[in-house]
Amino acid sequence: MTMKVEEKLTRNAIRNAKESHIRLDQTICRTCVERPCIRLCPGRLYSQSAETGEMVVEYAGCLECGTCKIACGRKSVSWEYPEGGFGVQYRYG
Amino acid sequence: MADDKLDVVIVGGGLAGLAAAYCLSEAGRQVLLLERGDEPGSKNVTGGRIYLAPIRPLLPGLFDNAPFERHVVKEALTMVDGRNTTTLSHVQDRWRHAPYMSYTVLRARFDQWLSAKAMEKGAFVIPRRRVDDLLWEDGRVAGVRAGGEEISAHVVIAADGALSFMAEKAHLKQPLVPSKHAVAVKEVYGLESGAIEERFGLDAGEGAAHLFMGSITKGRFGGGFLYTNKESLSVGLVLGMDALMQGPEQFDVTLNQGPEQFDVPSLMGEFESLPEIAQYIKGAELKEYSAHIITEAGVGGLSRLFTDGMLVAGDAAGFALNMGVTVRGMEFAVASGVIAARVIDEALKKNDFSAQFLSLYERRLKESFVMKDMETFRHTAEVLANPRLFTVYPACISSLLDAVFTIGEGPRKGLYRSAMDAAKKHAGAWSAFKDFLSLRKI
Repeated sequence: MTMKVEEKLTRNAIRNAKESHIRLDQTICRTCVERPCIRLCPGRLYSQSAETGEMVVEYAGCLECGTCKIACGRKSVSWEYPEGGFGVQYRYG
Repeated sequence: MADDKLDVVIVGGGLAGLAAAYCLSEAGRQVLLLERGDEPGSKNVTGGRIYLAPIRPLLPGLFDNAPFERHVVKEALTMVDGRNTTTLSHVQDRWRHAPYMSYTVLRARFDQWLSAKAMEKGAFVIPRRRVDDLLWEDGRVAGVRAGGEEISAHVVIAADGALSFMAEKAHLKQPLVPSKHAVAVKEVYGLESGAIEERFGLDAGEGAAHLFMGSITKGRFGGGFLYTNKESLSVGLVLGMDALMQGPEQFDVTLNQGPEQFDVPSLMGEFESLPEIAQYIKGAELKEYSAHIITEAGVGGLSRLFTDGMLVAGDAAGFALNMGVTVRGMEFAVASGVIAARVIDEALKKNDFSAQFLSLYERRLKESFVMKDMETFRHTAEVLANPRLFTVYPACISSLLDAVFTIGEGPRKGLYRSAMDAAKKHAGAWSAFKDFLSLRKI
């Protein structure tokens, strides 16, 4: 039985900024059928809200890999690095 | 001219930026390196292993006391067909003797060490400082903007990694598209050094590098890796983004692959539970889960390498190469950083920071192993994109060995007949022949 990715993320050292460094354009997300962000994000941080139907991203666990920025062909994902000193701090790398 | 400009500002404390900072400081230049993480290395991820032979001559003596993990003496390749595995393992006695060919490495530790070396030479390394933008002056790059401050410099080195926002802002970068990238996921497991040496059959200090290919990537471009560190193991998976984007329906799922899970975390979970991996990480504690994108486009995916007042080095420029069973990037980063530093030192002597003068950087890179290797392996990406490499051939080898080693109830077929049956079942002779021909490109 392998560990769930949610638990794997808890092993990382992360200092979260108050604001998300990832913003989604919901008008674009609504028109997207493939939603590659959900399958490709290594942290499984993207999901579709059951109540609102909107795309949600849990920026707090972000590994800063950049996969979603590249995978989102519709350019809904605006992604920048968290402010200096924030975000994941790899102790092994 | 009243000169309040720094000689050089370097964006990013990875191997390219730190190598450049080290060399420029050694040459007596004023260098400021800005790093967005808590320390250089704290945003960096490698597989990873570094090949030292190409970079030793560039920085003589520097790496003699570097905090590497283990020198690699054992190379293994496992072909995976569902839960069936075939492993080829090679120990080269030469690799057991100094100077060692390659070392496993963990970046947090290694980059901090290189940063300290650069600071000893006089470089200013400022952590926790994200660079937000470039400064422009008369259409040329003239410094950076970071945390509301403007920092002027004669030359900027963009060494800000595979996503390079700086190269993008200077319009040097090709658009980031899935077809040119892979996503890499890695787990670090803590394990005592004695246990590592026992499990991998190594002497003290020795390391192993183990690659995996086949159904672990479900017919997609990619592969797995396992590296031994001093007191940990690095286990990971590299997955071509384009193939992942296409979804399950595009692939042949009949090849003994079990239920289809098409998301990256599930593929990683399946990989680490493979018996071939599980035996090594048994009882070990997960310490870290990391991920990063990798450029897979080879020489065709490079950014433009220079503009007025700026050079691009390391992953930011696209200096990474998948040569099939060997994957390289870190030595290209170090070399491009050193070459950038030398060119900038000359530019400072001539007081000429124009694109025309800085084009010397590209010429020097072309004379070095960096561009020569990138050019030699120009076609690897297209050869490796062949899905048969990840499905048909591992399955074929698996059935062949199954036929050779299994004794059932009835009389056995001869060995030649078994081999032909395995080949016919899995690979049409013509497509196999074409695949063989395509290997001449790499």
